[in-house]
Amino acid sequence: MSQLYDVIIVGGGPAGLSAAYSAWENGAKKIIVIERDRELGGILQQCIHNGFGLHHFKEELTGPGYAHKCIELVKDKLEIETLVDTMVLDVQSNKTVIAVNPEKGLLKLEGKTVILTMGCRERTRGAIRIPGERPAGVFTAGAAQRMVNMEGYLPGHKIVILGSGDIGLIMARRMSLEGCKVQACLEICPFSNGLTRNIVQCLNDYDIPLYLSHTIVAIHGEKRVTGITVAKVDERMTPIPGTEFDIECDTVLLSVGLIPENELSRGLDLDMNPLTNGPVVDQHRETSLDGFFAAGNVVHVHDLVDFVSEEAEIAGKYAALKAQGKLSSDNRTVKVSAIDGVRTCVPQKITMPAQIPADEKIKLFMRVAAPHRKVKLVVKSGDNVLLNRPLPVAKPSEMIAVEIPAAKFNLIGEEISVGLVL
Amino acid sequence: MAVETRVMNCIMCPMGCELTVTIEDGNVTNVTGNTCPRGPIYAKNEVTAPKRMLTTTVAIEGGALPLLPVVSADVLPKERILDCACYLRGVKVQAPVKTGDVIVENILDLGVNIIASRDMELHEQ
Ligand SMILES: Cc1cc2nc3c(=O)[nH]c(=O)nc-3n(C[C@H](O)[C@H](O)[C@H](O)COP(=O)(O)OP(=O)(O)OC[C@H]3O[C@@H](n4cnc5c(N)ncnc54)[C@H](O)[C@@H]3O)c2cc1C
Ligand code: SF4
Repeated sequence: MSQLYDVIIVGGGPAGLSAAYSAWENGAKKIIVIERDRELGGILQQCIHNGFGLHHFKEELTGPGYAHKCIELVKDKLEIETLVDTMVLDVQSNKTVIAVNPEKGLLKLEGKTVILTMGCRERTRGAIRIPGERPAGVFTAGAAQRMVNMEGYLPGHKIVILGSGDIGLIMARRMSLEGCKVQACLEICPFSNGLTRNIVQCLNDYDIPLYLSHTIVAIHGEKRVTGITVAKVDERMTPIPGTEFDIECDTVLLSVGLIPENELSRGLDLDMNPLTNGPVVDQHRETSLDGFFAAGNVVHVHDLVDFVSEEAEIAGKYAALKAQGKLSSDNRTVKVSAIDGVRTCVPQKITMPAQIPADEKIKLFMRVAAPHRKVKLVVKSGDNVLLNRPLPVAKPSEMIAVEIPAAKFNLIGEEISVGLVL
Repeated sequence: MAVETRVMNCIMCPMGCELTVTIEDGNVTNVTGNTCPRGPIYAKNEVTAPKRMLTTTVAIEGGALPLLPVVSADVLPKERILDCACYLRGVKVQAPVKTGDVIVENILDLGVNIIASRDMELHEQ
């Protein structure tokens, strides 16, 4: 099988589906979404809690509910094909995509453009090195979430959660609802890495203690976890001798962060950003390789799926326009740098056509390095201030989104910087 | 008159706006810091009678998965959440189910239905 697609989309999570819909809305005639799982929807199918979609769909949805909405948008559209149970093995720089499906065998698809939407995966114990035995009972929070919410068994009964990332917090509540005892949540940083709402409704509501600046120094048990030793850490995150105490548990859930899934991006030799762990993109979500776009958690880890959809719609639109030859090629590139307390900013560059189209939007998505109160976010180009936004609170766990007003586009020089002013 | 200000985070969506709530004699008289109108509603409930949504699963037979995710159609009293979750652990339904189907009507007489949050088709073995 060999056919020329306008847009080939790798990954059928909310990013892939939103990109497909937007490519369709913007005139692409032949679109395909390839997903390795047995169904579309991505990781949201296991995130059964609510709170999704208020901004994107204007109604409050659960994870599966949000996935359902995204699937509804693409289904029954002649121009959009979807393939499940199909794993993309390789993407080549000439936009040939090699995939394998148990029934159809090896597939070779050719595209005018490709959008990468493979999502992210969890950091594991190996990635953070916990000393101690290697007994059974240590899981990543996401693996536990899949077990409890989709497969129907419990990872254990007395739980400790390491890391205050959102998935861990959500799992603290989930395990409590299943009748388990969640003993504690430990966070090595002096601040939580999850959304405030999740601290309130997942820990405080169930009287689960959160120990900030604490970590696991040993895991005990031979066959199965029987407990852990915890210690307080200093500013350099090294355990302070004498502060150790033990907690009894049969299960440790790791919620120590997510990393974009970028094996395919690396295979393509795309420019990568070492801080986001994703490909460098411009405001259209085009990567360093012409005609290759990326969106969602593959670019940078999002906490709000609504932003994932928004970003993917941009990628879908510009991939569709590119496939139809409707994008200007007379461009200059403006570098975007994150400075002064801003850790990451996506896009990392902006493509400015000589003639800026009326519908051009430049929206920046940022994460700060440490929590702050009452700061100003300043976007500048040289001495020109493009935007000055007071922020009552800024936390590393909450992505900040701002849009550069179109009226300021003519002030954009060679470079843009985004930073905090205290 | 007793006037108190309380700072709390709205939990109605992931924005988690920090609300400053003025309480006069047990009544919320002013809320600032909210991005949308749901903020003040949350603050009023939180001060008088805290409520929460419930999301959990029930067993399902004949579907591609052994579990069906469910959600409360509206908020439930916070102190009854664990009772409702416990009750739902004993519920079993039969595929097929559509998103929005009522799984338990008027759970524990609290006046709220529990509904399916995804489709689950009949799965041929
Ligand atoms: C365990 C976990 C829990 C999360 N919980 C929440 C939450 O509660 N709320 C929230 O807003 N966000 C949550 N997130 C973040 C969440 O990932 C995003 O909100 C959103 O789902 C990201 O969408 P996406 O489409 O970028 O990625 P995903 O939803 O991960 O979708 C990527 C898809 O690509 C597929 N794929 C990957 N590689 C290939 C390949 N080679 N070939 C074919 N298909 C491939 C995957 O199977 C997957 O379906 C969670 C993330 C994880 C990992
Ligand atoms: S006030 Fe509105 S936007 Fe802010 S957290 Fe509450 S629901 Fe979300």
